[in-house]
Amino acid sequence: MTSFTDLYHALDGTTRTSEKRALLTDYFREAPPEDAAWAVFYLSGQRLKGLVRSGLLRQWAAEVADVPDWLFDEAYNAVGDLAETIALLLPDAEAHAQLPPLHRLIDEWVAPLRTATDDERRQRVAAAWGALPADARFVYNKLLRGGFRVGVSKRTVTAAVAEAAGLDTAVVALRLMGDWKPSAEAFQRLIAPDEGEADTARPYPFFLAHPLEGPPDELGPVTDWLAEEKWDGVRAQIVRRDGQTFLWSRGEDEVAFRFPEIADAAHALPDGTVLDGEIVGWRDGRLLPFTELQRRLNRVSVSARLLSDVPVRLFAFDVLERDGSDLRQRPLAERRRALHALLPDDGLGPIVPAPTVPAGSWEALAEHRATSRDRGVEGLMLKRRTSPYRVGRPRGDWWKWKVEPLTFDAVLVYARPGTGRRASLFTDLSFAVWRGDELVKIADAYSGLTDAEFRELSRFVRRNTTERFGPVRAVTPTRVFELACEGVNPSKRHKAGVAVRFPRIVRARPDKTPQQADSLDTVRALAGLDSDTT
Amino acid sequence: MDPLLSVDPCGLYCAAGDFHVDPWRPVPRAVVTHAHGDHLTRGCGRYLVAHDGRTVTAVRLGSDARIQTAPYGETLSINGVTVSLHPAGHILGSAQVRIEHAGHVAVVTGDFKAAPGATAAAFEPVPCHTLVPESTFALPIYRWPDEALVAADIAAWWDDARQRGRTAVLFAYALGKAQRLLALLPDPLPGPVFTHGAVERLTEAYRHAGVHLPRTHHASSYRADNPDHAGALVVAPPSTRASPWLRRFGDVTTAFASGWMRVRGTRRRRAVDRGFVLSDHADWPGLLRAIEATGAERVLPTHGYTEVLARWCRECGLDAEPLPTAYAATLDDEEATPTLDDEAHDTGDDEATP
Repeated sequence: MTSFTDLYHALDGTTRTSEKRALLTDYFREAPPEDAAWAVFYLSGQRLKGLVRSGLLRQWAAEVADVPDWLFDEAYNAVGDLAETIALLLPDAEAHAQLPPLHRLIDEWVAPLRTATDDERRQRVAAAWGALPADARFVYNKLLRGGFRVGVSKRTVTAAVAEAAGLDTAVVALRLMGDWKPSAEAFQRLIAPDEGEADTARPYPFFLAHPLEGPPDELGPVTDWLAEEKWDGVRAQIVRRDGQTFLWSRGEDEVAFRFPEIADAAHALPDGTVLDGEIVGWRDGRLLPFTELQRRLNRVSVSARLLSDVPVRLFAFDVLERDGSDLRQRPLAERRRALHALLPDDGLGPIVPAPTVPAGSWEALAEHRATSRDRGVEGLMLKRRTSPYRVGRPRGDWWKWKVEPLTFDAVLVYARPGTGRRASLFTDLSFAVWRGDELVKIADAYSGLTDAEFRELSRFVRRNTTERFGPVRAVTPTRVFELACEGVNPSKRHKAGVAVRFPRIVRARPDKTPQQADSLDTVRALAGLDSDTT
Repeated sequence: MDPLLSVDPCGLYCAAGDFHVDPWRPVPRAVVTHAHGDHLTRGCGRYLVAHDGRTVTAVRLGSDARIQTAPYGETLSINGVTVSLHPAGHILGSAQVRIEHAGHVAVVTGDFKAAPGATAAAFEPVPCHTLVPESTFALPIYRWPDEALVAADIAAWWDDARQRGRTAVLFAYALGKAQRLLALLPDPLPGPVFTHGAVERLTEAYRHAGVHLPRTHHASSYRADNPDHAGALVVAPPSTRASPWLRRFGDVTTAFASGWMRVRGTRRRRAVDRGFVLSDHADWPGLLRAIEATGAERVLPTHGYTEVLARWCRECGLDAEPLPTAYAATLDDEEATPTLDDEAHDTGDDEATP
């Protein structure tokens, strides 16, 4: 099988991860490298940017299909996916032309859109729609906007490429990191024999900690372990090679432009250095809530005002490369010593060695963890002193020992349908708590219920809708749910005056009446905030 | 809303003739379009159904129900109102109800399928002033592929399963869809076909009514160690999907046949390996053509995307609004939750459990 459309349909046709991986491996063995490169690119969740705005795509599709905008919107609400809605709405193609190979499709019908005017784009897109068979249209639309959502993760793609090429997964992961540009040559380099080469810019695959489920004393003697605060920020690697500096976030975005003060300070690090750490907002010797840091993440450019409003620092906790050599197989304790040799104790500007938490006993650590929320951190990290720096999220060496979430009871007030698999079920829910005798929205939550529970809830929503705002429905406030969250921070942007971090549904509370739901003051008190004064 | 039709707490009511059409609560006199659970209510005093639908209706209602039948096209008088039943193409014995009184004609389509099929008399548009059409799939994304292509896909899927040594399990509503699928299987059959008990009973009723269907075996006679049973196809109601009942068939590959399978998200939510787009309802072009062919001036859509169809009709210059009903909340269920609609067809209690 060398056709990408066939691959896509085969992937879509099975729910088994092992089969998906086998299909991908076969594809990467057989497909021409110029096609395989694009398959890697798209299936690992990337897309070409700046091709065409989704609003225009929507408008053109409605015109070509000759449906009014309101009807297009109704169709979209039922489908939950723009590419699919368009593919389903367009009239059947006149010619059942063979779909060209993936790279040609992209070279001729996709990539040129980037530099085209909107009129030219419309012509080219409409021509493609007219020429392609129905199933290929869907794939084409996905090439325009990305997001195949076919149950394949970047990790699965990486593993399949590695298997097809007979390489270690870590080698492929390393080669794929950063700004990977798809081309036949790039794919050939991706599957080339392992020669330990690495581009100047590339960070290492991140080693992620597994959540600790059991009691910590099952981990053995506390002296085998190093404890750090678990900062609530942005995980990042500083890469300093050949006189250049790169700052990579875990989402594999180059973020130096968002944190210029860190990138500037990193220039003072010697060549051939890679540090791993966490970027947090930090002002006047105090940790800022994550919501503040977020302001640095969502802007196209970072203004001088924002730089001074939300200063940051990077708590460095690991050295992955020193003097150009890969330290990842060295024990953590040794890498820690290397870290302190590189960074002064009070930091290189905003790049500061992450303090360790004294670990006299598990009891002492448990006590320290219990006060995490007061310090604005999520809990503790436990790292085995002898651990190498691994790839992915294996169990055993690094654990995150988070504080128990905050929980409170809130009333369901709004619901809207989800997207994709969850289109037409009401899965996007908004909850409120009491401020005096008024319910005020406090959190949106999407997860925590089973499909069966969502189905039941969707029936409730339809029967108890009091108002509709587009796809959003206001419902009679009768259903109470227990919600969990990681923190509650003051926020001017939210109506309740607080932002709830990582809210999710714990369970329904059919035993509670809405009057028994919590008040805003209770929620604020949970997080150690004063009573609401607005 | 209409000189002939209104809605009361029991459902769609014709005051002039003092009868209900597809009531959702027991009433003295019910005219019933077809035997699916969301149209047929137990406990009514008397039922009028199409002649072809007698056996399946009796299976659903039990033997003590008072069921009167009429051949398609024959006119009856109910309290001075002229009533006749006309083919709806949905399932065996499904009917549109034509009601005429004092120069006004109203037609209630019930569920209907505009394209012809082998297991139900073909839909014919009935001219009227007021039309109450179903609108289950009233969105332009719902356009059905050619039935022969779907049949070929199903045959290829079964072939593939046989070659892999898997049992092919096809989920379909026990009444209507299951029999239509059986009629679409290749002739001669490439392997044995087993049916779930709920499917088998209704399949028998179809045969009894003269519909030719391929040979089927009751699932309880399946033996994994019988070489004659290798490479079998199983037809079962969707409710068996997550049940231990399926285990007897060993390594299976699963598929679901429904109009909802047109949308990928629904397919994936179903967690079946394959989805075949095969519906016993009208698709969007079918709905629009059917409405136009009746020449109706007033359109009162019911079931599913009622608002969408009503608005479309209004924009075409017709007088249209969703059929106002106290039952709207429940009807609305089917609008946005295809899975519930699927299951609504299985509400024959005895069918819900294997």
